[in-house]
Amino acid sequence: MSATTVPAASSTWDRVKGYRPPSRFLPVIATLALFVGLFGAGGVRYEGFSDPQVLLSLLIDNAFLIVLAVGVTFVILTGGIDLSVGSVVALSTMIAAKTLEMGWSPYLSMTAVLATGTLLGLLMGLLVHYFDIQPFIATLAGLFLARGLTYLISVESISINDETFTQLAFKTIRFGDYYVRWTAVVALLVVAVAAYVLARTRFGRTVYAIGGSESSAMLMGLRVAFTKVGVYVISGFCASLAGLMFSLYILSGNSLHAIGMELDAIAAVVIGGTLLTGGRGYVVGSLLGVLVLGIIKTLISFDGTLSSYWIRIITGVLLLVFVVVQRFASRRQP
Amino acid sequence: MPENPTLVQRLLRHQLLWPVLALVALLVINVVATPTFLNIRMQDGHLYGNVVDIVRNSAPVMLVALGMTLVIATRGIDLSVGAIAAISAAVACTRIVGAGDEAALTTAVMACTYALIACIALGAWNGFLVSVLRIQPIIATLILMVAGRGISMAITDGQITTPNNGWFSDLASGFVLTLPLAFIIALVVFALTAVLTRRTALGMLIEAVGINPEASRLAGVRSRTITWTVYTFSGLCSGIAGLVIAANTNSVNANSLGLWIELDAILAVVIGGTSLAGGRFSLTGTFIGAIFIATLARTIPNIGIPSEVNYLFKAIVVIAVCLLQSSRARSVFRRHRSVTPGPAVPVAKGIAA
Amino acid sequence: MTQMDAPRVQTGAGDPPVERAPVIEMRDISITFGSVQALSEVSVRLYAGEVHALMGENGAGKSTLIKALTGVYSIDSGVVLVGGEKHSFSSPLAAQAAGISTVYQEVNLVPNLTVAENMLLGREPRRFGAVHVREMNRRARETLHGLGVDIDPGSLLGEHPIAIQQLVAIARAVDVDARVLILDEPTSSLDADEVQKLFEVMRRLRGQGVAIVFVSHFLDQVYEIADRMTILRNGRLVGERMVAGTPQLELVKLMIGRELETLERLDRSQSSSAGASSTPVLKALGISRKGSLEVTDLELYEGEVVGLAGLLGSGRTELARLLFGADTVDSGDVTIRGERRRLRSPRHAIDRKISFSSEDRKSEGLVEDLTVADNMLLALQASRGWLRPIPQATRERLVEQYLKALDIRPADPTALMRNMSGGNQQKVLLARWLITEPDILILDEPTRGIDIGAKAQIQAKVAELAAQGISIVFISAELEEVLRLSDRLVVMRDRRKIDERPNHGVNVSDVLRIIAGESRSEREEAEGA
Repeated sequence: MSATTVPAASSTWDRVKGYRPPSRFLPVIATLALFVGLFGAGGVRYEGFSDPQVLLSLLIDNAFLIVLAVGVTFVILTGGIDLSVGSVVALSTMIAAKTLEMGWSPYLSMTAVLATGTLLGLLMGLLVHYFDIQPFIATLAGLFLARGLTYLISVESISINDETFTQLAFKTIRFGDYYVRWTAVVALLVVAVAAYVLARTRFGRTVYAIGGSESSAMLMGLRVAFTKVGVYVISGFCASLAGLMFSLYILSGNSLHAIGMELDAIAAVVIGGTLLTGGRGYVVGSLLGVLVLGIIKTLISFDGTLSSYWIRIITGVLLLVFVVVQRFASRRQP
Repeated sequence: MPENPTLVQRLLRHQLLWPVLALVALLVINVVATPTFLNIRMQDGHLYGNVVDIVRNSAPVMLVALGMTLVIATRGIDLSVGAIAAISAAVACTRIVGAGDEAALTTAVMACTYALIACIALGAWNGFLVSVLRIQPIIATLILMVAGRGISMAITDGQITTPNNGWFSDLASGFVLTLPLAFIIALVVFALTAVLTRRTALGMLIEAVGINPEASRLAGVRSRTITWTVYTFSGLCSGIAGLVIAANTNSVNANSLGLWIELDAILAVVIGGTSLAGGRFSLTGTFIGAIFIATLARTIPNIGIPSEVNYLFKAIVVIAVCLLQSSRARSVFRRHRSVTPGPAVPVAKGIAA
Repeated sequence: MTQMDAPRVQTGAGDPPVERAPVIEMRDISITFGSVQALSEVSVRLYAGEVHALMGENGAGKSTLIKALTGVYSIDSGVVLVGGEKHSFSSPLAAQAAGISTVYQEVNLVPNLTVAENMLLGREPRRFGAVHVREMNRRARETLHGLGVDIDPGSLLGEHPIAIQQLVAIARAVDVDARVLILDEPTSSLDADEVQKLFEVMRRLRGQGVAIVFVSHFLDQVYEIADRMTILRNGRLVGERMVAGTPQLELVKLMIGRELETLERLDRSQSSSAGASSTPVLKALGISRKGSLEVTDLELYEGEVVGLAGLLGSGRTELARLLFGADTVDSGDVTIRGERRRLRSPRHAIDRKISFSSEDRKSEGLVEDLTVADNMLLALQASRGWLRPIPQATRERLVEQYLKALDIRPADPTALMRNMSGGNQQKVLLARWLITEPDILILDEPTRGIDIGAKAQIQAKVAELAAQGISIVFISAELEEVLRLSDRLVVMRDRRKIDERPNHGVNVSDVLRIIAGESRSEREEAEGA
């Protein structure tokens, strides 16, 4: 391959100028450009928008959605889909609120939440892989199940007054004038761990392999069953973690929480450049996808004249653009 | 066939046996819980009773499920039906509210016509994405599922719109020939769908495309037209359902109207015996499926469980039906003696080598 | 060319290098699927450092044999000896562990991973539990280099052409120290240069002592690369030969079978005399499609049966599909009754009164869950559009008429297609096209895998249809059948038309000679004599 490397004589600038990012990163770069563009536009139009605290608040307000999107990314990368995550978030808030109300220790309560979400994910994964039920229908059952359980625990909203929870919820990390909350740190940590797992472990690479071609992955001797069930477990875990973070954010458990949140998560993943048919995408893209949706929300609230429903319409348009562009991009490939 | 199967044999083999038995079982549970459950009384020339409520409440899901049945038969899915229903309701209600004579019959008719035209256009849009751009159905309809509620809110300007038109309200609460109008509408659409698919060649071509797309292409079937037609039809059905729902509450809440109705509709289709893998479909099955879902919703409070827990039972039904239909599950349950799964390749393929 | 490697002692016609024991020996292998005997008592020996071609037509049992060896199918009787020891593999993975790797025609790799990952995933080098990417790329580059392939192991597999992907698949296979490498139709989607590249890799591996099983439909390729071959027909072993000592004609005879002398020709009354002078019904000029057919011409006259002869993969099916618009042409013109037409889809062809019955009855013909009646009327209904259903009376009349005319049994229009026998399914498909009243009927292997009775009926029907003025393109792997029915004969080989002649006094051995590619001058001499 030595023939193709850049001659040593060329300057660094030449190399920078000549650098073309591999095509697989293009969708993520596009999302990043979109985010930067939106942020820049906001900074020009609205006073106080370019304040770094706006960015930090973006992270704080969307921390749970970031975690949710990370989990869904795993599933979508294998070519599946998880519709249950919104309901699992609601169930998580409810379990947390109810157990705390019953006087459980906050840590035991958190463990119970995470265990429930993970178990639900495991069940759906088993249905998908071993019973050959379409992911969409298996997770639809999960959606109903989690929502039903939430109502079973309580039809009424339960508020969270536990001290540990409220402390965690309001605890900030300050850098001079700026601050973030712990949830934002956890979200970024989750993104980092997920990115590492997907890029550098056999499990992660098998996730991509299944998304590329499940039958090939099987013939290559990869652990398809373990991985396929595993992604739903991860998604369930992330959804319950997001649920915990959401209950810190909103300090109540309610069966009406997070309705339609699965759509936000899926939309963020797609806008982040992940192919809904599987095999291509990065969690960093999903992070950016959430931030793009978040910044649109912030823009609309800064503007004040636009109604909140524009968020959904714009999300739909972005989805359309990404899906259609990816459709034609994948058609051109041999 | 040399021997004619007896009536019992034919019944046992009938594909609607299981859905009907499930429905009967639900009714029996109800009667045990409340012996007067099936009672129907006549009042002011209208029928009243649990059964009447059930058939009326089944109308929206049934309407959506009829369109969904055809979509699923072509190996597709339509996730946007709830959003389309919300748009339909929003269009109709804002037009009624904005009309000069808010209570007039013509106002209601015009409003509904506008709403349905909008829904046909939205269905056609889905059809365009699926058949022309060849985007996977689940992804293509997800777009409108996400954007649709925003559009609906844009139409109502984010307000909960409450139209004041007796004719419009009658869509849900009116009675014709002693029966609820909503149910009559669902019946009419059911009949129309049956005529549309079974009196024309649409049904046969839909099934051909759903069973073997490549063979259909080689036989000259224009699957693009077929696909486009079924998504458009699904849009229309969702629109009618949206009108019925809005008339029932006499208001439009763009956020919650028709929420999760796509899931109920898919459930109704699957209960009715139409496979999610496409192919042969049963409109009667879908009909029974929709009634089943409405009965289930009635049963839960009747046996003393909070009605919201309904979702839990739906989850159980989804899993049960899918396991019944999944050949893999059946073979897992059946296989206790045979040792290895054997080649996954069908025999014919093996020989053709 | 093939002899440049390590010297191999060649003795008699079918004798392998005598002094070595085979790496793999399959003895008297039999496999049945249901009531069908897919393999009966087939024996094969593979030696280290040889390229062994597995030859046979459709249904000969090549793939079944390979799958029996690699543990995909279980064997009913017979033994597999690996290095002299009895073995039976329960799965392809078990076979792989024993050094037997398979590379299929459709590359079974993942396009969205890198080349290195595709080669090494599942046994990748790791450091601290994580994939050691640099080490993996280094190992991949080394292995690829050893095969003479210089590509960036960090690039995505999907960015490379199929040929390279295939080489990567081979690289994955040999990286596990494969002793036996099975290449199942690796060349069918490659162009000439790519084939040479593949052969280069095969020669290297042979030099390293790997036993290679090579399946290909291209005789030239077999003669270029293979050392020895095993020939199968209808699930039976018909010969084991050294390639060098076997004339192509003999090979083709073995593959297609039937002693030439025993053939009797059932001449059907010649009805095509009118055709030659008039304009052709269909005229294809220079049509081609990359990867399936080289530039080819074909004319078709009214009431004429043109037989397409050639081996599997010769381009016979590919030509038929192009004429029907099932695939679109890259170049060339099709003229129908003097008008130039571009056949963009089957629908266009059907509107021009062309019909095509695919060789792949199950996946390209039948709609198994619909009734016989619906299957029969599908094409007619499709061309009418869904808004104009065929009136009930017409439906019944047509179905009744063709159930009788083609003697379809059971004569039950409501029977499900999946419950019919093969021969009757084929008749229903024929009825589907006859109902559209075509001018041109393209039949690709209409008699494959059906019983003798139905076969004779379909043949008779073809002759009858031609007499009614329909132009027919008839494709069959059975040359006798082609010769019996055709007015004119077109011979295909290596994706192009290599010969065309009126079917006067042509016999099977003539056709075999043409297919075997004996030089044109020889053939012309023979004709002159």
